[in-house]
Amino acid sequence: MIALSDYLILGAILFSLSVTGIFLNRKNVIILLMCVELMLLAVNMNFIAFSHFLGDTAGQVFVFFILTVAAAEAAIGLAILVVLFRNKRTINVEDLDTLKG
Amino acid sequence: MTFEKFVFYLFAAILVFAATMVITRRNPVHSALFLVLAFFSSAGIWLLAEAEFLAIVLILVYVGAVMVLFLFVVMMLDIDLATLRAGFIRYMPVGALVALVMAVEIFMVVGPANFGLDKVPAPVAQPAGYNNTEELGSVLYTVYMYPFEVAAVILLVGIIAAIGLTMRRRPETKYQNPSLQVRVKKADRLRVIKMDAED
Repeated sequence: MIALSDYLILGAILFSLSVTGIFLNRKNVIILLMCVELMLLAVNMNFIAFSHFLGDTAGQVFVFFILTVAAAEAAIGLAILVVLFRNKRTINVEDLDTLKG
Repeated sequence: MTFEKFVFYLFAAILVFAATMVITRRNPVHSALFLVLAFFSSAGIWLLAEAEFLAIVLILVYVGAVMVLFLFVVMMLDIDLATLRAGFIRYMPVGALVALVMAVEIFMVVGPANFGLDKVPAPVAQPAGYNNTEELGSVLYTVYMYPFEVAAVILLVGIIAAIGLTMRRRPETKYQNPSLQVRVKKADRLRVIKMDAED
């Protein structure tokens, strides 16, 4: 049988990988958004595993809401990205320093 | 090794491989496609954990909508990949170190010592007539009614924000204004002038 720790370790590996991704691709906003999606996936994996092992549907309902918020976040994030590219012709994070003063 | 365990490790291996590819590929299109693979394999793992509804929703919503949106945007933007990749090698050691430390720490907390099969016994499999969607719906529309409506409002805000951000009026484009067209009077367009007849 699959143990609960197997699911949790898989989620931990996934989360660590996406943190590495944020370190590596710190200039490309698109990859950063993808890494955030991967992080949410890792968190959802833990919720589903606990929901399965504790026999409580609350975990699955929470995953449902996380998926909703993540979809809205991705839509707005990509919209901001498109407007950004339209105005500055770049998506490099280092060029976005207009608020620095 | 049971078949269930084999499937779990197969999907987990594909998932970790796909996640690694997402963060290391040079081309963002490849990253997006590997992210689709990651979502598919985690949907498989969710099926093993008896979360059938959410596994299907993950594929429908994420692969069907969110990732298509990602691919649209990635392909629409003409980005200079060379400058975006600068510093990739330089930050590799520190990124790997942070990830390794974090993974080891989480492993020490959630490892088999605390959440193994002897600590948290495997749940009994659901009976044959069990319906995960029905189970989820029966709590979603009763206990979680208000959060469900808040989620609907969040989606509405997302729609409005995305449209409001990206809609633009180009000054050079000519538009018709039907309201002004309908309200126009004869006197606005036609001028009758009195003049003497000419020979």
